[in-house]
Amino acid sequence: MSATTQPNVDVPASSTVQNLTIGKAINLGLRAAMEKDSKVVVMGEDVGKLGGVFRITDGLQKDFGEQRVLDTPLAESGIIGTAVGLAVRGFRPVCEIQFEGFIFPGFDQINSQVAKLHARTQGRIKVPMVIRVPYGGGIGAVEHHSESPESYFAHLAGVKAVTPSNPVDAYWMIQQAIFSDDPILVFEPKKLYHMGTLKAPVDTAAEPMPLFASKVLRTGTAATLVGYGPTVKLCLEVAEAAAEEGNELEVIDLRALSPMDLDPVFESVRKTGRLIAVSEAPSEASLTSEIAARVQQECFYSLEAPVLRVTAFDTPYPPSKLEEHYLPDLDRVLDAVDRSLEW
Amino acid sequence: MSDMSSAEQWTHPEEGDLPPATAAKPTKDQVIAGLRATSEGGADLTQLLTPEGERVPSQIFDPYVADIDFEALRGLYKDMVIVRRADREANAMQRQGQLGIWVPLLGQEAAQIGSGRALRPNDMAFPSYREHGVGYARGVSFKEMLGLFRCTSMGEWDYQAHGFHPYTIVIGNQVLNATGYAMGQKFDGKVGDDDGEATIVYFGDGATSQGDVHEGFVWAAVYDAPVVFFCQNNQWAISEPTERQSRLPLYQRARGYGFPGIRVDGNDVLGCLAVTRWALEACRHGNGPVLIEAFTYRMDAHTTTDDPTRYRLSDEVETWKLKDPIERVRVYLTRNGGADASFFEQVEAEADEFAADLREFVFTMEDPPPERIFDNVYAEPSAALDKQREEFLAYLGGFEGGVH
Repeated sequence: MSATTQPNVDVPASSTVQNLTIGKAINLGLRAAMEKDSKVVVMGEDVGKLGGVFRITDGLQKDFGEQRVLDTPLAESGIIGTAVGLAVRGFRPVCEIQFEGFIFPGFDQINSQVAKLHARTQGRIKVPMVIRVPYGGGIGAVEHHSESPESYFAHLAGVKAVTPSNPVDAYWMIQQAIFSDDPILVFEPKKLYHMGTLKAPVDTAAEPMPLFASKVLRTGTAATLVGYGPTVKLCLEVAEAAAEEGNELEVIDLRALSPMDLDPVFESVRKTGRLIAVSEAPSEASLTSEIAARVQQECFYSLEAPVLRVTAFDTPYPPSKLEEHYLPDLDRVLDAVDRSLEW
Repeated sequence: MSDMSSAEQWTHPEEGDLPPATAAKPTKDQVIAGLRATSEGGADLTQLLTPEGERVPSQIFDPYVADIDFEALRGLYKDMVIVRRADREANAMQRQGQLGIWVPLLGQEAAQIGSGRALRPNDMAFPSYREHGVGYARGVSFKEMLGLFRCTSMGEWDYQAHGFHPYTIVIGNQVLNATGYAMGQKFDGKVGDDDGEATIVYFGDGATSQGDVHEGFVWAAVYDAPVVFFCQNNQWAISEPTERQSRLPLYQRARGYGFPGIRVDGNDVLGCLAVTRWALEACRHGNGPVLIEAFTYRMDAHTTTDDPTRYRLSDEVETWKLKDPIERVRVYLTRNGGADASFFEQVEAEADEFAADLREFVFTMEDPPPERIFDNVYAEPSAALDKQREEFLAYLGGFEGGVH
């Protein structure tokens, strides 16, 4: 995987539009937030000189100094716990967790302090911090580097969570999260960070869409696909393939994981009568469970088939030589679409 | 056995020297005397006022309490008496079912008042959940602190105005939060001279085993954070004695992190005041962090749900009664003409009045309304929670008279 990717489309230097990968878009989003507010500090393991193991913070320490881009000691509870103190002090810390599999030492602080301080103090203390979490698989990694733990955090009242699937969202979501007064986890689909084919023009002068809103990416009438983060790209590919067979699928990018904006999903299901939820996380007690439960509650009389889910299995992440079988792919989602249509 | 105070001996052992693997094990005599191997202060214990009320001169620390004349000392005495009286009242109110639980501070008055009074308005204190005395010293009303224990709130005092963070119940969490706050004081440019700010964080001997405390020490050390780690070693983490947490005296751990550690007599209010002022001064000037181990004793149960008779000898408690933090100040003041009988009577009367007022307040505390469940979960509006609230209230409203 290349750490940096050159834009493949020429854009005028004076333009506010840049052709970016997701990774570079987050980098520029961080930079924009840091320029806007001197209280924004970036902290994490290797985020300074190295620019992070994925280079997402590349160049920030050089330009903003060691007091605003902190190479922290190697302990995740320490990163989250000290960020809480900084937030209480009036800073807006942006923590990087190197890989999602390493967030759990920090889970106690996230659960017990980050999520609870505002309610505990009835709003006297705000915790405006961001926790960036590269997540998801498909990168041929060793254990703990490919998981999708977002459901743990969606279950947790007091924190919010979002995930970008494209460079435009990547650029804006990080900034919106930073300037929110609530603590927000940004789950970043690491497989897509530097994917050149996902490059898209990002207009830094545009008006961003709301942070906690899902988005219909493709309209259709046969069935609805809902995905988020890394599975959005997959859902769009599925829709493309299904269209060739004459089935127009509606594709929704969830974007916000907690709180979820399911109104567009309900609306879509009322039209299509069929829903397939696609996620890289195991299915048991997950976001896709939540989607299924709420869709059956809201769209009971519209459903022509049960809500189907295409997810990882309820097993630990396997050795990555097996991950192509573990993760949802084109065929598995198409199979689910067929099952739904044939119900 | 190696001399425990010599850290060099552990890293450069003499031939035939073994690490003091059994050093933490107290002898039978030590147990009966309440003096565990990890708890022996010995020559390293900083003390300005002995249990017998004798003033011990200290070249280093006397300057830090030079301003404490009889009047100021009477003030500290009164603080401790009021805090103890309020503590006993709260304990009694729990027994009467007026509080859900109480966390007694009995015996730790000097550690809390001494350190709490060392702070300046701009300093920030991060308590655990037993620091009612520190809260009092920071100007937080006892009434405000009781909501947590009556379970009507989680403590909603004005943290910023008082410089007293909310109670933290998960053991050790606050040590990292305080360290981050102190890093912020430094990043804000508030450290470096006499007017500098500092942070103090409270935790117990049990908490020293937590990873968060270790990480807090590491972070504070590498960022030179202006934070005083104030460990009240009250000898017991519920039922577990300090030797279940450490082989060596807790203050000596600081050495491994590269900052000063000091053990002070936690039952000596003057000693605690001086040592904490000294540590805060180091922090203000950018020479933090500092670890203080206040060597004290939890005279009552861990909480009102605890039964200490199952795990400790009453002899031990009796021994510690002789080291009472309040009595030694009374003796000192009396013997040196710093206060007369009428002063002590007056303080007792004020404490009784304080307790009565507290009692009346608690008995009339109202439960919060049910919709409070949904309040302030987030700083920004949440449509999903608004919906849950509305549904819940509509459901409640369905009962006759709106009462479930």
